Amino acid sequence: MLETLTTFLFGRLSLESFPYHEPIVVATFFAVLLGGIALVAALSYFKLWGYLWTEWFTTVDHKRIGIMYMILGLIMLLRGFADAIMMRAQQAIAFNGSEGYLNSHHFDQVFTAHGVIMIFFVAMPFVTGLMNYVVPLQIGARDVSFPFLNNFSFWMTVGGAVLIMASLFIGEFARTGWLAYPPLSGLEASPDVGVDYYIWALQVAGVGTTLSGINLICTIVKMRAPGMTMMKMPVFTWTSLCTNVLIVASFPILTAVLVLLSLDRYVGTHFFTNDMGGNPMMYVNLIWIWGHPEVYILILPCFGIFSEVTSTFTGKKLFGYTSMVYATVVITILSYLVWLHHFFTMGSGASVNSFFGITTMIISIPTGAKIFNWLFTMYRGRIRFELPMMWTIAFMLTFVLGGMTGVLLAVPPADFVLHNSLFLIAHFHNVIIGGVLFGLFAGIYYWWPKAFGFRLDPFWGKMSFWFWVIGFYFAFMPLYVLGLMGVTRRLRVFEDPSLQIWFQIAAFGAVLIALGIGSFLIQIAVSILKRRQLVDVSGDPWEGRTLEWATSSPPPGYNFAFTPVIHDNDAWWDMKKRGYARPLEGFRPIHMPSNTGAGIILAGISTTLGFALIWHIWWLAAVSFIGLLVVAIGHTFNYNRDFHIPVDEVVRTENERTRLLSGQV
Amino acid sequence: MSRYRAIALLPVMAALSGCNLVVLNPAGDVASQQGDLVVISTLLMLLIIVPVMALTVLFAWRYRQSNNTARYEPDWDHSTQLELVIWAAPLLIIICLGAITWVTTHKLDPYRPLDRIASDKPVPAGAKPLDVQVVALDWKWLFVYPEYGIASVNEMAAPVDRQIRFSLTASTVMNSFYVPALAGMIYTMPGMETKLHAVINEPGTYKGFSSNYSGAGFSHMRFNFLGLSNQDFDGWVSKVKSSGGSLDRNAYLALEKPSEAVPVQHFGTVDPKLFNAVVNMCVRPGTMCMSDMAAIDRAGGLNAGGKAAADAILRANTLAGFPDTQATGLCTVAEAVEAAANSGAVQRPTVTPISASASPAGPQRLANP
Repeated sequence: MLETLTTFLFGRLSLESFPYHEPIVVATFFAVLLGGIALVAALSYFKLWGYLWTEWFTTVDHKRIGIMYMILGLIMLLRGFADAIMMRAQQAIAFNGSEGYLNSHHFDQVFTAHGVIMIFFVAMPFVTGLMNYVVPLQIGARDVSFPFLNNFSFWMTVGGAVLIMASLFIGEFARTGWLAYPPLSGLEASPDVGVDYYIWALQVAGVGTTLSGINLICTIVKMRAPGMTMMKMPVFTWTSLCTNVLIVASFPILTAVLVLLSLDRYVGTHFFTNDMGGNPMMYVNLIWIWGHPEVYILILPCFGIFSEVTSTFTGKKLFGYTSMVYATVVITILSYLVWLHHFFTMGSGASVNSFFGITTMIISIPTGAKIFNWLFTMYRGRIRFELPMMWTIAFMLTFVLGGMTGVLLAVPPADFVLHNSLFLIAHFHNVIIGGVLFGLFAGIYYWWPKAFGFRLDPFWGKMSFWFWVIGFYFAFMPLYVLGLMGVTRRLRVFEDPSLQIWFQIAAFGAVLIALGIGSFLIQIAVSILKRRQLVDVSGDPWEGRTLEWATSSPPPGYNFAFTPVIHDNDAWWDMKKRGYARPLEGFRPIHMPSNTGAGIILAGISTTLGFALIWHIWWLAAVSFIGLLVVAIGHTFNYNRDFHIPVDEVVRTENERTRLLSGQV
Repeated sequence: MSRYRAIALLPVMAALSGCNLVVLNPAGDVASQQGDLVVISTLLMLLIIVPVMALTVLFAWRYRQSNNTARYEPDWDHSTQLELVIWAAPLLIIICLGAITWVTTHKLDPYRPLDRIASDKPVPAGAKPLDVQVVALDWKWLFVYPEYGIASVNEMAAPVDRQIRFSLTASTVMNSFYVPALAGMIYTMPGMETKLHAVINEPGTYKGFSSNYSGAGFSHMRFNFLGLSNQDFDGWVSKVKSSGGSLDRNAYLALEKPSEAVPVQHFGTVDPKLFNAVVNMCVRPGTMCMSDMAAIDRAGGLNAGGKAAADAILRANTLAGFPDTQATGLCTVAEAVEAAANSGAVQRPTVTPISASASPAGPQRLANP
């Protein structure tokens, strides 16, 4: 009787679900708990809860949502990196009969969580955050098309992250690898909650990502300033557009394939099981039809960042703007025609494998053209080696190596000997760190002064840069060598003692990267303390070329008092050249969207629903599902959706900027 | 600059020479061609990668802000000739690489029988390849030699210079069969059969393992691949034969249970239909084989001609010595037959097309009586 009651109330959740017998997890839990208590206490002491709620959590301002995405990405980077350094440590010591310090139950969760977190909750939030912040400014808009949806998307992403973090302390995470191939992720091989955490974390976050993609496409298509034709859009906006097209076209596939997997796990269907007509190969195909565009979703905006940074810091127009745009579009289309290269070794025929191998290689042509375009933008320029430009040069030198090994892996017979090896691991870290992450750093350093009105401290930035770049080479070049020695990925213990030195070098590289991350955090702290020395009142600290540099730093809530008219793809450069004078009078009230708490509430209920489904707490699932419908419908009756910023306030804000600008002169 | 780089690379080169880059220096002809392809493709791409890296460093240095002597053309952003070059150069490389890819992918298709056993030796006329059936179990490897009626766990042997024809499958989850010294990897998947052709050219002991993560015991899922001279291989076969163990269905079901770091085991005799039963997931007595289920479906299901098919399967199963004693799950033979009988369907006169078109396991079983 009691058992029936507890099963009804708590589903699969029991005292045994809490890993209180694992010292590492318990210690982490208490550290998080203490940190959490301290944070809550501090927020309460300084009476910041109200401020956070009204100004941040419920905000529909694309700039604040963008900043919140960046904070989410940074927090999750620390978690994902903790996983990485645990793996490196395990692999560096598990030789000569030593089992290392992680058993397979933990190690297998660690590498799965590392992959899932780094892709979905680090790279994606960073990329989405930058697009959210920068795109409306670059196209002269006051916000995105659907401001409420933007807030909702962000909180759904947070919901997914919360579920993954919860799996650390309640139950366990998947032990399947980051793409959770069945049959391993099926009910028979993985009966516990790990894969369910995986499914629901990605489903909840996936809703946010898809909606945010729709929102940004609509924004770019419909809300550009007058005069900004498609071929006058800044390259970052172009790459953002292509990325969001990819998101909208590919994330529904992920959603669908995870729905099929959850049906297999929850209601006993046989889509991907071994028997009863199920076919796991179908899952592998579907997940990569999403998965390959996903890597372009991450890299394309970074290509945009490099384009902006290169032309700004060389003081030159971007070389080959048109071919840059076409290259981006070609990559967008081709990224759908290559997914099979992730499993050449599944036994497809030679013609199928050749087709996908050759389409993969063809992608390197527009990508190569892009590299050349950056190169010739530097040619006959005046290059200022500020931090964003340093990251760009490091990118160009690092990324071509990763691209080369990528094309190598696209040759099927070469892939037969390198697939799933540490060579592959080295390759995709080479393009994701050397491309995406370096790009994100370039973007963060580039747009930070726009977001906060002061620059980041260059000394700690250079420390971070050198630790990251050198650390990357130490961490991943040994993996190329190990791959050529025939060492495969996801191994927890090793037999051959001659491999150990390479893993130790890689672990040393990871330590350097840790110092790089530490320097970055110190840099932010130092810069905030020294913000008066690092202040920029001009709004245009880098001699920028695009529209976001036309307004103040940080921009006012309405971005632009008057919507600018565009004549050139370097709109702000063109305005400066033609002696643009900032309008000082004639202001009008500005129509803006109102904040709303519906997004965070809906996402909170969705996260609860996910948690209930993971643990089979059916009553809670039913209650939260009904709650979700009620709140969503209730939100449609909220007519308090917009307001006008009064003229007085606009005048006050603009006069303040005039005062600052003249003070600077 | 380049001299410093060369000096900096010295320790790396020294370290590399000390380690065994088996992917580039394998002992089997297939792996060796694949390794060569890695090198050739890399060199081909370096043709463009090296100039790009050099130009990046050169331009970054030459056009630095403090260098006032360099030309500065802030509005120069287009050159049709240059654009042609930067699109054409990678295109040419990819055309070359694409052609190499097409040819080598077909030539080194794992399903294709070898036409040579070494660069200078064609496959001798009339030479019979060594058949090896591989089952990836949780978490060990089972090798069955149908020609010799023997099997081994976590150890595989093959004579040098004789073509090996692998048929591979898995028991529960996906793995990948990989002996880097021998040939590229191929997935092993439950309920499916993949193929691989290879040859080992030098005697020696080589490492084999699973290269697709498959769960808790994955790290220990290793075996030794023994490349042996003909006499040594015959010796190995007779050693295994004399070891006495017998791998029948019950022994397989015991072996199949998950276990880690399993020592080498030898089986002197083996059920000749075991591999087919594993592929069709019907090792457990009374389970209907997938090929049979497919054959019934192909005959129109239980309503149309399926009863005859189900009857034939039942007869075949009984004759083959798999009495249908345990009803496990929905699709046992008995249930299928019963369902067919109850359906009162019109019987079709013949089931010949089923046998003719069914997958290997099906027709063999049907033809058995």
